[in-house]
Parts: sequence; C-alpha cells; structure tokens
Amino acid sequence: MTTRTLQFKIYRYDPDKDQKPYMQDISVEVDSTDRKLLDALVKLKAVDDAISFRRSCREGVCGSDALNINGKNGLACLTDLNTFPEGKPIVLRPLPGLPVIRDLIVDMTQFFKQYHSIKPYLINNDPPPERERLQSPEDREELNGLYECILCACCSTACPSFWWNPDKFVGPAGLLAAYRFIADTRDQATSERLDNLEDPYRLFRCHTIMNCVDVCPKGLNPTLAIGKIKAMMVKRAI
Amino acid sequence: MNPTVRKFDAVIVGAGGAGLRAAIQLSESGFKTAVITKVFPTRSHTVAAQGGVAASLGNSEEDNWHWHMYDTVKGSDWLGDQDAIEFMCKKANECVIELEHYGMPFDRLDNGRIYQRPFGGHMSNFGEKPVRRSCAAADRTGHAMLHAMYQRNVKANTQFFVEWMALDLVRDAEGEVLGVTAMDMETGEIVVFHAKATIFATGGAGRIYYSSTNAFINTGDGLGIAARAGIPLEDMEFWQFHPTGVAGAGVLITEGVRGEGGILRNAQGERFMERYAPNAKDLASRDVVSRAMTTEINEGRGCGPNKDFVLLDITHLDPATIMKRLPGIREIAIQFAGVDCIKEPIPVVPTCHYQMGGIPTNYNGQVVIPGKRSQNEIVPGFYAAGECACASVHGANRLGTNSLLDLLVFGKSAGETAVETLKLSPKAHKDLPQSEIDRALARVDRLNSQKDGANVHETRLAMQRTMQKHAGVFRFADLLKEGVEKILEVQKDVQRTEIKDKSKVFNTARIEALELDNLIEVAVSTMISAEARKESRGAHVRNDCPDTAECPDGRDDKNWLKHSLWYKEGNRLDYKSVKLTPLTVETIALKKRAY
Repeated sequence: MTTRTLQFKIYRYDPDKDQKPYMQDISVEVDSTDRKLLDALVKLKAVDDAISFRRSCREGVCGSDALNINGKNGLACLTDLNTFPEGKPIVLRPLPGLPVIRDLIVDMTQFFKQYHSIKPYLINNDPPPERERLQSPEDREELNGLYECILCACCSTACPSFWWNPDKFVGPAGLLAAYRFIADTRDQATSERLDNLEDPYRLFRCHTIMNCVDVCPKGLNPTLAIGKIKAMMVKRAI
Repeated sequence: MNPTVRKFDAVIVGAGGAGLRAAIQLSESGFKTAVITKVFPTRSHTVAAQGGVAASLGNSEEDNWHWHMYDTVKGSDWLGDQDAIEFMCKKANECVIELEHYGMPFDRLDNGRIYQRPFGGHMSNFGEKPVRRSCAAADRTGHAMLHAMYQRNVKANTQFFVEWMALDLVRDAEGEVLGVTAMDMETGEIVVFHAKATIFATGGAGRIYYSSTNAFINTGDGLGIAARAGIPLEDMEFWQFHPTGVAGAGVLITEGVRGEGGILRNAQGERFMERYAPNAKDLASRDVVSRAMTTEINEGRGCGPNKDFVLLDITHLDPATIMKRLPGIREIAIQFAGVDCIKEPIPVVPTCHYQMGGIPTNYNGQVVIPGKRSQNEIVPGFYAAGECACASVHGANRLGTNSLLDLLVFGKSAGETAVETLKLSPKAHKDLPQSEIDRALARVDRLNSQKDGANVHETRLAMQRTMQKHAGVFRFADLLKEGVEKILEVQKDVQRTEIKDKSKVFNTARIEALELDNLIEVAVSTMISAEARKESRGAHVRNDCPDTAECPDGRDDKNWLKHSLWYKEGNRLDYKSVKLTPLTVETIALKKRAY
C-alpha cells in the first residue's frame, strides 16, 4: 500500500495549560484508503491523543466537523485530501468568529441562540387533522434547498456581518431556517416571522457578500433565501 | 469529593430519534426532564437514515398493518415478539402522521399525500409482491425527521445537556434505577442526574466492527452501562450487514435506491438476485441480499481488480428521478466512490449497519429482566427505546424502514409509560446509594491514573478487526470459538487503557477511552452469544448449520426458537421464550422463509 506524509499547521489551545493559542507543525502518514481530511485527522489523533476536534457521521450529514481549512470553512469529512497542493502544509483553524473552547472546537452557543430565535418549528394553530396535512409536490419543492441545512455553521462563521454582530444579526443559517418555515404552506405564522426579523440588525445586516453560499458544504444558498425574505418585507410595507 | 446531584422527574440519555420522541412526550406533559447527549441533537446518527419510515398508509396502493406485521415477523425469521410487532405496525400510521404535523417535509404525491416507495421485504397480501410502504423525504428521511423532532422539542422547551456523556447507572439494592452519572465534556465535571424515570435511547454500536455504516459516536454506551449494572443484553448475536455500503468507505447507500429500481450486478453484469430471490429479487430482505452478494464475491464473481465488490446500477433510471428522489445518494457516490451514479454504477459491499439485539424491553418501553416471578420482570424506573433496546420487533433480521418506525413508536411508548408512572409516583426521590456513584467515579479514576497501559486507538482497532473476521456475514464454528478467546484477550487490554492527555477541558481522548469500555461489552456479548447459538436464523448464519429437512435453511425451531440473554458477570448466557402470541390477532405460524 502506498503511503505519503502530510504536513499540517494546526491551531492548538488547551486552556488547562496554554497561556495563549499557537500554531503547531505536525505531520502524519496516510495511505490510499485515507481519502478525506477527517481520515487524516483521525490518524493524527492516534499519534497525539490531545488534538481535539468534533466528528461523527463522517459523511457530511451531521455537521460536526466544520473547520477553517486553508482559510476557507468546510467539513473535514467532505474535503478530499487530493485537493491540497503538494509541498504546502494544510492549515487548520477553528471556525472563525466564535470563542474557542479547545483546539479546533468552538463554542457554538451564539450560533444556536440565533437559530432558536427564529422559532425553528412549524406553527399551525388549527386542530391537527386525522391524516396528513395535504401539500402539493410543487409546494413541497419550495422547501428544497432550505430543509437540508445541517447546522454546521460554516456559513454564519464565514459572514463578516455575523463576526461583527453575532448577538444581533441572525446570520445566514438562522435566516435560511426562517425562510424554510415561511415557505412552508403548512405554516401559518408568516406575518409573525416577518415581524420577528423587522429590525435594523436581525435581517438587514446581510449585505449580500455571499461568503455563505461560497462555503456551504451542502450547496445551499442562504443569500437567495434572505433576498426572498427582504422582498416579502418590502412587499408588505407598500 | 462527591459529585453534584441534580434532580429531575425524568432523564433521557440520547437525543436521536427515540430520545427526542420520548422527550416530546415528557416535556409536553410538564414533567421536569433532562436530555443528556454526547453531541448536539441534530448530529445524532438518526440524521444519516436515508430511505424512509414504514407505515401502511396506503397512499399509493392498498396496504394495511396486518400485511406489515406479517412481513416484519417473516423478516425477523420468527424471532421477533409478535405482541410488540403488532403494537408497532398498528401504531405506525399515527406516529408518521404526528411527524407530518410536527412539520416534517415528506415528499408528496400529486394528491398532496405523503410519498411512499417500495423497500426490501415489504410486501402486499402476506408476501405476494412488493408494496409502496416507505414514507420518504427524498433520500434524507432521517435528517428531515431528526430536525423536525428537535424543532418540536425547541417548541416544548425541553432541557438539553449537550455534549455530556453518561457514565453509569445508579441502581439501588432493590434493583430500581434512580438515574445516571454523567460527565460534562466541556469541563470534565461529573454530575449525578437523580431521576424517577431513566430512559435510554443511546442508539447502536456498529463501531465494534472495522467496516461499518455507523457514525463514530455509535459506541453502544447504553448497552455498556446497562451491562455493568447487571442488566442482561438480548439477542446480541444478530447484526445486520446492510447490502450496500460504499466499497472501501463504508458509507451507506439506501435500499431506497433499489426501491426506485436499482439493480445489483456481478462482474459478468448479471442481475444475480434473480437466482437467490426469484420473487422479490433485489428487494429481498437485507440478510438474504447481503449473503447473496458475499457468495458472489466468494465464488469469484466480484468486480474490480481484487474482485471484492459488486455493482449497484441505476444508470437505466431517468436522471430526473435520480435528482429528485436520490439527490443525496448522487452526492455520496461522487464524494466517496468517485462515480456519478447517473452514468456509472456504484461499487458496494455488505457493511455492518444495525444491531437487532439490545436492552430487553416490553412494548411499553419498560426494561424487563428474568426474575423470581417471570422471565420478564420490570426493572422499576428504567426504560429503553430505539436501536439500544430490544422489544423485540426485529428478531433475527430487521426490515429496512422499520428502524425509524421502531424509534418513533417505542420512543413515544416509553415516554407515555414514564409519564403514567410518574403521575402515580411519590413526590420525593428515593435516596441515592453512595456505592453506585463511587462505581462511576472509580472507572474514571482508573483511567486517569493508569500507567504503562494499552493504547486506546490500537485496542479499539484490535477489537474491530476481531469482530470483522470472526463474526461477519457468514459465521464459522471454528472462527467463532477462536473469536471468543481473542475478544476476551482484547477485553483485558480495555481494562488497562491509558490516555496521555489528562486535561479537563473537552478531553476527547478520555471520551474515546470511556466509549471503548462500552464497545467492548457489546463486542464480547456478540461473540459469546453468536458462538453459543447453534443454528442459522436471519442475520446469524453458520457453516455448521446447513439446510436440512428438520432444520430448513439451518433454522432449528425445536431448540433455538428463543431469545439469548447475556450477562456481563461471568459471561453467563440465559434464554427466554419468544412471544408468539400477538395482542389481538392470530399467531403468524412458523414456516420456511423465502423471497
């Protein structure tokens, strides 16, 4: 089996012993069965068990292993090792803009707080019918590109507006979720949802920089969803 | 120093489908409930389920729960308890409709009803021909379901303890469960969750095998914890190998691909399933398809330079159908197999996927163990649901889409039973026995102070390779015997694992070592139960138990129509009878299984 050595520069910080964070140079040998960055990270951890990162499904659906990889946010499990230029170390940092707990693990409290703030659940006050609420295939299609979000936070932590006002701006992930419910024909709270975003910061801090679209590992387009919410705001104002 | 004690009415361990469903029941009933979870709830492994959830809604064609029940009993190779199976199949429609009301984005038919697709082993009219029973949201059903249930819990204000790992049960001298000890991963602090109801929904343990569709977190924590507290584990020899894991990567490719018309082919391009299951073909049940694939590979008809996989072909399907019904599969094929399945077939191999066994329960979600009065005495205060539990609805082989149904029905049922019991229970919590708290602390202390011990990574690898080699798709008497010795050797290393990193904050090395303590209990119980069961049934097929007149397909109903129970103490095996009497209908009589 052919093996090769990968060079890394990894952000390290253990609050138990480090005064401040530092970048560690470290290398690891991988073989042809190691296809993804996560495979290499797992090997690294076998060498140095103190290196800390989150991971679970290893197939891009759980959203655990979002990192800043060579300056761009992405999932370690979906990043192919062959895409890295040879001879240059792979630079790994925690997602930007959130407090670091340890190494590559960030505190996501603020991110989830914003997600929760948009009431991420279906609101329908009619008594539930005995069978399913009907929805046409066309109406259901409106949810495509919205419901698939895995809450990995790649988008929000790539957004300068979110870096600047993480407590006031909902951020791309939360706004995508808001539009997911607005777009659902079964939801009755559109007006309440728009009220909830009617504020100089919560929605309108999006300046269509589109970093969110650039980094989304699921190929989703939060900017488009945000644009649709903005259009609804304008429409109801006139 | 004694850990902090926090009091709740109920504590749920695990926030996947079963845990979240139970939590909805408890939170909406107003009981003070804590949900402990190793990962943020939407990262639980339910998220990876793809093809659908079974319910005989009959949206596309005639269907009913009697047929679903028949298929499930037959799929289980008659090892499933027929009372629990009737309960589950009857409740399916109600539970799926509830999910829709929670907001789950099911795909739709033209008339606005939930879209349903065919799946392996699901047939109409008592096994006649495939029926569309799997309710699906594209090929992301688990994701859509888990998020919908998490969202419902946000609405219900459920209290989550995210990134906390449960350590051990607290059981008093009478055997009643009084809660769990758990570690806050962010700080390393240990807390006792003192509760009147403890519900385990900790999922599977597929990581005992080297090649698995399961997530890293699927380490059988609930099973390890239960086993250490003296609870037996039921039917652990039965592991499902999913026919279609991506060769090399192990990532799951849903059976829904075959439901939408996908075909398995060998190196000659032959649709080989026609020979093994003339009626159901590629939609035979999973154990049957996995064995057929393994036989093709073993007999030299595998594909690739090493002839070690077969091909899953959907190139004949309309690309629009693939993009609409199987978009996630296309992404996975490109990412992990390097092929675009619209143009090329996907290389697949049978891959460890699901544990049919688990913590023994009844259909109310209550944990039951043999006692003086009966084989199924309730353990007061203790409930289990989902993959970690054994109700037993899957018996010796689970049908696809019955796992999402299992976690809905029994998550809800465990929650309901807990609510009813809590309403009648005294206000005050029972006293905590100190010895039980010390037991959890001692395990962590041992790990922290271990010197010259075994490496966690290497020990886990040794376990996984042993399981893969000695307890795979086909089982061999001599390999099983040797496997028992080997896995007990690995167990000795697990008892002396050492971590270099002793820090407190988010110490994932410590978490992995504690997870290995749980994995090894699952691995040992599997190997010992498998070695002992001298018959072929469902997913457990032995070379020394072939097809005979007395034992068709090697199934020995006279001696082995019974559930295994493995006890950690002394690796003791016990057995209990299969419940062949359903709740209201007639027994589905034993017969030879054919698809």
